[in-house]
Amino acid sequence: MKLKLALMTAFGAFALGSAVSAQTELSLWYHGAGSANAEEALVNELVEEFNASQSDWVVSIETFPQLAYNDSVGAAALAGELPDILDVDGPVMPNWAWANYMQPLGIDEATLEGYLPGTIGRWDGEVYSVGLWDAAVAIMTRRSTLEAYDIRVPTLEEPWTGEEFTQALMTIRDSGDFEYPLDLGMAWTGEWYPYAFSPFLQSFGGDIVDRETYQTAEDVLNGDEAIAFAEWWQMLFEENLVPGTSQDAADRETGLVNGNYAMSWNGNWAALPVVEAFGEDALFLPAPDFGNGPTIGAGSWQFGISATSEHPEGARAFIEFALQDRWFTAFSDGTGLLPPTASAAAETENYAEGGALEVFYDLSDEQALVRPVTPGYIVQARIFESMLADIANGADIFDELDAAVDEISRDIERNSGYGH
Amino acid sequence: MASISPDNHGLRLVTRYAVLTLVAVIFVFPLLFMVMSSLKPDTQLLNDTSSLRAFLPVGDISLDNYSAAFERAPIGAFVLNSVLITGATVLLTLFVCSLAAFSFVFLDWSGKAVIFSILLATLIIPYETIFIPLLLMASQLPWIGGDGFEIGWLNTYRVQIIPFIADGLTIFLFVQFFRDLPRELIEASRVEGASWWLIYRRIVMPLSGPVIATAAILKFLFMYNQYLWPLMVVQDESIRPVMVGLGYFTDQLNVPWGEVMAYLTLITVPVLAFYLSLQRVFISSVASTGVKG
Repeated sequence: MKLKLALMTAFGAFALGSAVSAQTELSLWYHGAGSANAEEALVNELVEEFNASQSDWVVSIETFPQLAYNDSVGAAALAGELPDILDVDGPVMPNWAWANYMQPLGIDEATLEGYLPGTIGRWDGEVYSVGLWDAAVAIMTRRSTLEAYDIRVPTLEEPWTGEEFTQALMTIRDSGDFEYPLDLGMAWTGEWYPYAFSPFLQSFGGDIVDRETYQTAEDVLNGDEAIAFAEWWQMLFEENLVPGTSQDAADRETGLVNGNYAMSWNGNWAALPVVEAFGEDALFLPAPDFGNGPTIGAGSWQFGISATSEHPEGARAFIEFALQDRWFTAFSDGTGLLPPTASAAAETENYAEGGALEVFYDLSDEQALVRPVTPGYIVQARIFESMLADIANGADIFDELDAAVDEISRDIERNSGYGH
Repeated sequence: MASISPDNHGLRLVTRYAVLTLVAVIFVFPLLFMVMSSLKPDTQLLNDTSSLRAFLPVGDISLDNYSAAFERAPIGAFVLNSVLITGATVLLTLFVCSLAAFSFVFLDWSGKAVIFSILLATLIIPYETIFIPLLLMASQLPWIGGDGFEIGWLNTYRVQIIPFIADGLTIFLFVQFFRDLPRELIEASRVEGASWWLIYRRIVMPLSGPVIATAAILKFLFMYNQYLWPLMVVQDESIRPVMVGLGYFTDQLNVPWGEVMAYLTLITVPVLAFYLSLQRVFISSVASTGVKG
């Protein structure tokens, strides 16, 4: 009897050991080390739940500071040390797919039906990445401010025209009640510029690059529409309608709530303090229409599979596990960002019907336009940022636009058209 | 010959102290700004930058930034890693480079001049330009360790130490210093039958305190400030050094400046401690060799 028991125990231990050792390890790299928000904790929770949910795969997570993340991925790609699962910023994804850092997700696209456009990363006709959240930008202000100056409250159906918007800013400036009528967030640099400001250019009818061919910026970044945009952009600074590039970061954070600015062009991640400060008086308004339709940026961090992953099926299983409304809701409630589906939005604290940020979901759904889907975007974004800052500081707009076009076209040529 | 009157002497003394105080202020104020800012909330920190309040412990002073910084990043591990990597590299560099310099100065071998010239030429090549080929090499190098034979050095301490041990500048410093040592001492020892190893260990190195201090400080600063290389070769958080850790304090849009200052204050402590411990020897080295750190 004792022998039988011992054999059964040994067999049980062996079977258990085999089950554990049968789990194949998958590595996941995540960009949010030190982010000090709920996102990192939720990603860890997601990984833990996935690991506990099945016996085939075990995901181990490595976190990187965002500042260093893209460089670390680039170096790892060179050395052939990429992980199985990558998280990737939406507009950067085409570059990584083109550079062969990533492979198509290979998931059933029907799964992604109804997702916000900015949460799906497509390149060359295939889905390479998918996000559990997105962000949206709006004009933040107070109803009482607009009423005080007899300014119409715009709606999604009837946003401000470009003239109305500019006139509203001038009316508020002339009142002398505010330091500036509008805060564009010039204190923030980097990706904020193309994310937040290229939609204005697109609404004028221009763009950073010609999306038909992705082979040139000629005519779209220095054509009549782009010139009109650049003149309007420079006018904002010349007419003291917005703070310039030397804006203090602290003013960006608190200027609207403190009453220094009448309006602020900001993202939904910054909306809750505005609701807390102004309550029912808080307004989140759609982007103005400068003639070519109102537009806001889209595309945030997403998950994808590295090109060198030896276990794409495992990586896919993890990503599919993450694509559940309960995770979308958890991330949205934890970080304040937009869930990718309407059904998840309906379950969140902020985006459900009557929620404080409900309007942002509709803004994203109606106005979102992803940044140029091209591997060259990472270079074009830097050129665009530098151009906008120079024009804001008084540079000649024709010189700036032409120089940016030349630089972008040269870069595309140097990279043999970036695979388009 | 004109004599110096007591009045002139006093004036000179005042002028000298005024200039020295000004220079000291220029060097101390950034440190003072960093420490004071680490004690203030962000809004006050940014507002104070336009006045002298930036250098004073005034307003809403607390250690909150320090506790927030410790929550945000594993600072202790980062500092420990940097001290370990830097310490090991400094010690190995001093040993290897002093041996190389000893060979260049005291031993006769063919091609010495050519090799030394090539070594000097490497001084003008910035490390950053060779990082990509170095990365590719490091990813393919073999190693025999606790886990047996393996290929690839990435994600280890050794990849952060070994590539920086042999370095042209340190060899050059030792060569310059060794050349000024009295040759008679070496020759007498050889006549007495001392081996080269004994001469190196018992005569040359004990006389080389100033150059050891100089080389150690320069190497310490270079290694402690490493950013790009560890960023490229290390993915494991547990072996990251302090400078990569600085990235934990910035995201796409916001920088918590108070926490950044707290982090910088904390990671500056080992540098200051190391420098102060070798300060006297370093200064005497600068005076005797003309090397500026």
